[in-house]
Amino acid sequence: MKKRIFGILTALAAILVFASACGKSSSSSSTSDNDTVAKIKKAGVIKIAVFGDLQPYGWINKSGKRVGYDLELARQIAKDLGVKAKFVQVNANGRVDALKAGKVDMVLANFTVTDDRKQVVDFADPYMKVSVGVISKKSNPVTKIGQLKNKSVIVTKGTTAEQYFTKSQKSVTLQKYDSKTQQFNALKNDRATALADDNSYLYAWVKNNPTYTVGIKTLGPSSYISPAVKKGNKALLTWTNKEIKKLNKNGFFEKDYQQELAPYFGSDIKASDIIITK
Amino acid sequence: MAHSGIDILFQGQNFHRFLQGFGVTLRVAVITLLIGGVLGIVLGALRTLHNRPLQVILRLYLEIFRIVPTVVLLFVVYYIVPQLFHLDMSGELVAIVTFALWTGAEMSDIVRGALIAVPQHQVESAQALGLNRLQQLRYVLLPQALPVALPGTINLATRIIKTTSLLLMISVMDIVNVGQTLVEANSHQHPAFAFWVYGIMFIMYYILCAPLSWWAKRIEKQRLERSNG
Repeated sequence: MKKRIFGILTALAAILVFASACGKSSSSSSTSDNDTVAKIKKAGVIKIAVFGDLQPYGWINKSGKRVGYDLELARQIAKDLGVKAKFVQVNANGRVDALKAGKVDMVLANFTVTDDRKQVVDFADPYMKVSVGVISKKSNPVTKIGQLKNKSVIVTKGTTAEQYFTKSQKSVTLQKYDSKTQQFNALKNDRATALADDNSYLYAWVKNNPTYTVGIKTLGPSSYISPAVKKGNKALLTWTNKEIKKLNKNGFFEKDYQQELAPYFGSDIKASDIIITK
Repeated sequence: MAHSGIDILFQGQNFHRFLQGFGVTLRVAVITLLIGGVLGIVLGALRTLHNRPLQVILRLYLEIFRIVPTVVLLFVVYYIVPQLFHLDMSGELVAIVTFALWTGAEMSDIVRGALIAVPQHQVESAQALGLNRLQQLRYVLLPQALPVALPGTINLATRIIKTTSLLLMISVMDIVNVGQTLVEANSHQHPAFAFWVYGIMFIMYYILCAPLSWWAKRIEKQRLERSNG
């Protein structure tokens, strides 16, 4: 019996060694094909990872069309590249891997720039700013972080809110969910005292759920939302930075905000709370 | 609330998209079952041979696919394999490959069990007639084993259908994924709409699975009636 287990382990080890050897050889070869923009133009299509369940940034309307603030930008980018956009719907924690595995050329799924993520993907210049906010019942609002000590807070896996609480608020118990749908359902079912997520989502959510309030509007440092490309994809990164600069100049983001976001936010929120004006 | 939200289900493309999701789920399940079924029969037959190295390999294959959760397998094939081997497959293809390998593993165990259940004197009679190993399988063992394996196979099929709900994790627009986007797009204005969406999901999975499990029960009953006179 012992002998057999040993044999199985040896076989597994052999497989792992083989796989990791392949990994090394392939990663060195992938950096050599560098003109990715030309490649996309030649293919005539850019694959972009977007959310499908995040109104008003990336969602699907009743005619089955993908719409939202991120989607407007995605279509504009495809248009300026002169190619078609192919959208791949992702979950929050699938965004990095989708780029790494080459499933998409770019992520435009409300991707917040963080130091950890910078290690694994390349971010272009930001097109939105956010920070972590906390929503709770209006009847029993959480307005200070101290109120959450030893209480449960709902977050979605892989989000900035999860990272912030894990690192900086260790006394708070986290309840982690896979999707936005699940996290908001959990809050409505009173599974926890509060829910933490990027404040930009929360502004929109409380407009439609008036019994809840964004008690804490900003928590921790403010962060930025950027398009992301695969690590080392210099050509597409440079192109995207130029594109963002150009769109900023011609007022695209202001228009995008008024068209896609303004109808969903409370009236006290202005375009300059979200978009980056320079 | 006067407005329950059921009419949203029939607005625009909503219901059509649900049906498309149903189609994706059905397609992945059927193709998986066909490929996995054939693979499982071949592997199951191989597992009745008395060849040690082959048994170890097949056993290892079965145990890996049985122990590792299907969602982990999906992630490995969808995210890791393309990075290692530069092999780019669409989400649906990834799902079919992964599920077929998993189904093949589970199926091989069902088939092996059914083959072993065929009485030894049947094999001996076949040998006496001068049939070789392959002919024994083809004319004696499989015809008797497959009816025994059928109820288990149909149960496996319902498990495959239910497991396709994992497609959501790898960007495939199956029933669950479509349902979630519908809920998210409408539940802000009409919170009760989610109820209808999950209700439709329930009905769709029920339509797919209930006839199968009814059929499995019937076949098993008939077989028992026949074998026990």
